[in-house]
This record gives sequence, structure tokens and C-alpha cells, in this order.
Amino acid sequence: MSEADARRGGGSQAVSLPRAFFIASGRNVWGDRLFQGCLYAVIALFLAIMVGMVGALVVESLPAARRFGLSFVFGLEWDPVQESFGALPFIYGTVVSAAVGMALAVPLGIGAAIYLAEVAPFPVRAPVGFLIELLAAVPSVVYGLWGIFVLAPFLRQWVEPALGSTLGWLPLFKGPPYGVGMLAAGLILSVMTVPFIATVGREVLLAVPNTQREAALALGATSWETTRVAVLPYGRSGLIGAVLLGLGRALGETMAVTMVIGNRPEISASLFAPGYTMASVLANEFTEATSDLYLSALVEIGLLLFVVTVLVNALARLLVWTVGGAVKGIRE
Amino acid sequence: MFKVRMIARIMGSALVALLLIAASPPNSAVAQTLMNGAGATFPYPIYSKWFDEYIKVDPSVRFNYQSIGSGGGIRQITERTVDFGASDGPMTDDQLKKAPGELLHIPTVLGAVVATYNLPGNPKLQFTGELLADIFLGKVTSWDDDRIKSVNPGVRLPKTPIVIVHRSDGSGTTYIWVDYLCKVSKEWEGKVGRGTSVKWPVGLGGKGNEGVAGQVKNTPGAFGYVELAYAITNKLPAAAIRNAAGKFVEASIESTTAAAAGAASNMPADFRVSLTNAPGDSTYPIASFTWLLVYKDQPDEAKGKLLVKFLWWAIHDGQKYTADLLYAPLPMPVVKQLEAKIRQITFQGKPLLASR
Repeated sequence: MSEADARRGGGSQAVSLPRAFFIASGRNVWGDRLFQGCLYAVIALFLAIMVGMVGALVVESLPAARRFGLSFVFGLEWDPVQESFGALPFIYGTVVSAAVGMALAVPLGIGAAIYLAEVAPFPVRAPVGFLIELLAAVPSVVYGLWGIFVLAPFLRQWVEPALGSTLGWLPLFKGPPYGVGMLAAGLILSVMTVPFIATVGREVLLAVPNTQREAALALGATSWETTRVAVLPYGRSGLIGAVLLGLGRALGETMAVTMVIGNRPEISASLFAPGYTMASVLANEFTEATSDLYLSALVEIGLLLFVVTVLVNALARLLVWTVGGAVKGIRE
Repeated sequence: MFKVRMIARIMGSALVALLLIAASPPNSAVAQTLMNGAGATFPYPIYSKWFDEYIKVDPSVRFNYQSIGSGGGIRQITERTVDFGASDGPMTDDQLKKAPGELLHIPTVLGAVVATYNLPGNPKLQFTGELLADIFLGKVTSWDDDRIKSVNPGVRLPKTPIVIVHRSDGSGTTYIWVDYLCKVSKEWEGKVGRGTSVKWPVGLGGKGNEGVAGQVKNTPGAFGYVELAYAITNKLPAAAIRNAAGKFVEASIESTTAAAAGAASNMPADFRVSLTNAPGDSTYPIASFTWLLVYKDQPDEAKGKLLVKFLWWAIHDGQKYTADLLYAPLPMPVVKQLEAKIRQITFQGKPLLASR
């Protein structure tokens, strides 16, 4: 310590500690610049990885794109022997299985988040929260095996016959009950995405300042009204983030879905029928694909998966924006 | 100042330690050569057993085998990124042309594929090839179909719909199965063809042997195909199939080896042969070799020598490990033919294996 430092520290006791720190360090412009530079470098790296990935996908998929053109996206046939490739059944399977999964997982996940953050008695919160987090750590192959040996037989024996006999007039629930199929894939996806939505959602709701709740309660709101009027609108963007995180997982999930979806590249209105997703066909066929065109077609599927993921995310945001307009009024 | 000197000393000693570690051989005085291989997943258990055992024979060589699939094995040996490749299906003429040198197919062991099913009591069933093809084409849809009844007299078959279960992942198992169906059914060959993945006319896809077996076990009336070894270890029912000689034969290690013995008399010189529907009374008709792929002219003399020695060991001493792992060993006539083939492997024209 130099004498000057000692004088400054001893002479001004009224100055608070953080302030003393800033005074001592002076206006450290270089530190700020370094920090900023690091951040720019990280962002640039991310962008470079994204651009590189998309670029590699585009280049590798060129042979298939040249050969099939747009008919690759809308084609219904996938025949590796005749080298005739169309991706529509896979796009359909990815979107529909994710939609079924999210239809079940969003209410469950948000509900669990609200319960854990707002309703549950304190001794219950930590253990239940921990159990839900544990679900997120289960490897997807374990979910897949559980799907084959427990979920699919259960669906075939009980759920699908029951749905068929009561709601069989809907095209969604027609056809023979195989157990494996779109419904099983959607259910597995919902089980796998609920912990993401619930855990992130809980953190978001816990971050809502208590003054929000107190204000609503002071106006005479019940606890449900408090949650609905004061807490949920405040955490809306965070909750959307939680849902989108789950959606991302649902669109890209490979192993568990492959094991229960039936792997049949066909478009069927019924949820009982087997389907196929883009991620599944990549996992299934990439290792043994030998011809160049076949490989290129698989890479193009990867590119389409990328495009579909971006589109679905954008649509989801758009939907929330337009629907969320009504809620906005309350918040402001 | 004192601190700086201290740090410099620590750094210096760390550097010396690092240099020492880098300079000393890994664990013994013998320098080990690393052989890289990649390819088929089906023979992976027997190959890793061989690599373990072979260290005891020749401690100077260590193997690194990546079971990334036959397609990957063919690509990597073509690009010379590995010392040997492995494939469950023979390379096509086009693929061989793309390789920078002449590639040899060395059969190592045999595998078989069995038809498995889920029926009440799981009776012993038998099938003809044409019937199997028509079932997988979706033309025979119920278990009490007259054609199934007529080849299974005395078996009570339920009026359950047949649910076909096939492999969803690209696989040598699928290749063997559809290769057989192509040979016994013109319609299958025309409509579907052969490949590691095909466009299945009917049915559900299960991932891996365990995926197919799991779906067959859980679905009454299911009908699928799995590797013989997998069927034996999991005690799955397996149908007897009528072979080219008109006999119904059950899949076993012996009847699989018999398929290669049956084909030995007119084995093509490059061993690129399909063993499905092979001749012979005791032959199980849905069997196949699995191959190692090596360059006929090796790029590295030392490595080439080690490789041919290993190949020689694998087709002789290595065969005794097959039974435990439920692979079928090569029959003696094929081993004799292979000896001549391994002697042809050279480095810059000089044979690598000293004549014995």
C-alpha cells in the first residue's frame, strides 16, 4: 500500500465501500473495453458457428436439392433403394408430434410452475421441484425404453381402445391400436418437456417482485386473481421463453421418439398410426447411407429441420404477441 | 520480485516434468503400433474380443475399432482414414471404383437372421421364402391364412392380424433379410429391392434388434426379424425356413456355417458373395458373411505386416471365439481359399506374409 492510498482510505470515512473502490480504481476505461471486446468475440463466435453450420448443410445438400428441387420438400416417397426422396412425411411427423407433446406439456408445465411458486406450502416446494428437475436429467434412451415396454403396451391395451370407442368418430382416433405411433411419441415428448417448462417457469415466477402480489392483494384480489392479474403478466416473456425451450427440445428430440413413433414415413390423420420425424430418420439412416445422393438427401433433411425449427419458433412468438395484446393492457 | 522467481521455478519444473512424460514410452519398452479400423456394428462384439485376445499373441499392436456402421466403414477405408474397414454388405462395383487402390473383402465370421413372432404359446412355425415375401409385402395379412396353415399342419393359428415389425435403422441385418426376399420373390425384388434401408410396403419400424424384439414381444400377432445371436440370448421364437434344397431348417450356428460351406464350391475370387438361399440340405437360407476391407497393396510396410498377421490369426485361431459370442465360424474350405487371398496382400508389390 502506498502512502497516498492510506491517506485516501483513512481520510474519508464518509465514503461508502463500493464508492471507495471506484475512486481507488479510477475511471477504468480499459477494463470496460476489454469486457466489451470479449462479449463481441463470443457473439461473433456464435454467429460464425451458426453461419458455418447452415453453410455446410447447404453445400452438402446441393446434390439432392439439384436433383429433386422443391419436390423434395413436398414429396411423399422415401425409397433409398430407388433413390427417390421426399421429406413431407418427416416434416409432418416432426410438427405433429411436437404439437401433440406441447398441447399436453404447456398446461402441465405452467401449472406445475404456478403451483411451485405460488400455491404449494413451503416444505413441499423444494422436494417437488427437485423431483421435477430430476425428470429433466433422465437420458432420452431411458424414456424410449420406458416408451416401448410400458407406455406403448398401456396405450395399446387401454387408452387407444377407449379413445377409439368414445371419440372414434374423429379422424384423430381412427384405426387399429398399435401402441407405438404418433400418440405415443407426443406423450413421450410431453413427459420430456414438462420438467423444462416447469423448472424455468418456476424460476421466472419466483423472480416476480412481491410488491406486485402485495398490490393485487391490497386491492382485494383472491390468490388466483393475484396470480392471473399480477404475477403471470409480469412473467409473461419468461414463461414464453420456457415454453419455447420445451418446444425446441420437442422438435429436436431423437432417440426416445424413434423408439416409439413406429418409423413409417406416411402422413395419416390418425394419432394411432405410426409416423416418422426428421431427427429420427437422420439417426436411423445416416450411419448406413452409402451412396452420395442418399447422404445428400439426409443432409437436406437436416437443413429442413433447421428451417422448420426457426419457422415454428417464429410462429409461436408471433402467436403469443398477437394473443398477448389483451394482457398487455393490464400490465401497463 | 521473490514471487516472480518462485513462479518461474515452478513453471520450469513443470515444463521439465512434461518433457519427461512426453519422452518416455507409454507403459513398456515395446513401441506399440496403433491400427485404426471402422465399420460394421454387427461383428463388433467378436472383433473387440479378437483385439483383446490378439494383444496376448502380439503385444506390439493395439487396435482401435469404431463401430460406426458399414456405410461409414466403406467411406473411411475409401478415403484411407483407417487401416481397415468393415462391412456387413459387400461393396458395389461403383464403390470399389471410387477407392484409390484395389480393396479386398476378407470374410471373418457369419451371421444369420431369423423370423420371430408373438402368438399365443409361441408354437414352432415354418415358412417358405415366397410366403415370407408375401407376408412382408402385405399380401398375407392374417395368421389363419390358408397359406400359413398349409405349411404348418397341426398348428392352431389364431385369427389375429399380422403386424410386421422391421428395423428402422439402416442395418446389415436388414440387408441380409431383404436380400433373401429378393432371391425368393420376383415381386419383392421389383417393388422393394435390396439395401440397408428399404421402403417397406407395410409395418412398423423398431430401432435396433432390441427395438424390433421389444415391439414383437409387446404386440400380439407381431412378426419381425432379428439377428440369430440376439434371438438366442433373448430366447425368442424363431421360425424354420425352407432352404433351396426344399428342406425346412432352423437357424443355428451349424446351419449358418453350412451356408458358407454350400457356397464354397463356386465362391467368387473376391468373396463378394451373398449366402442367402445357398445350396445344401442342412443350410439355413438367411445367412451372410461379414467382411473386413483391406487394401491389396498396403501403404505402410510395418503396419501391413502386422495387419496380414492379424488376418491370418483371425481366420484360424480367432474362429474358436465365435461359439461363445454366437457367431458362426468360417467353414474349412473357405479358410483354405482365404489363406491364398491373404498371401496376395503386398507392400509395393512384395508379398507381406512370409510363406509357411
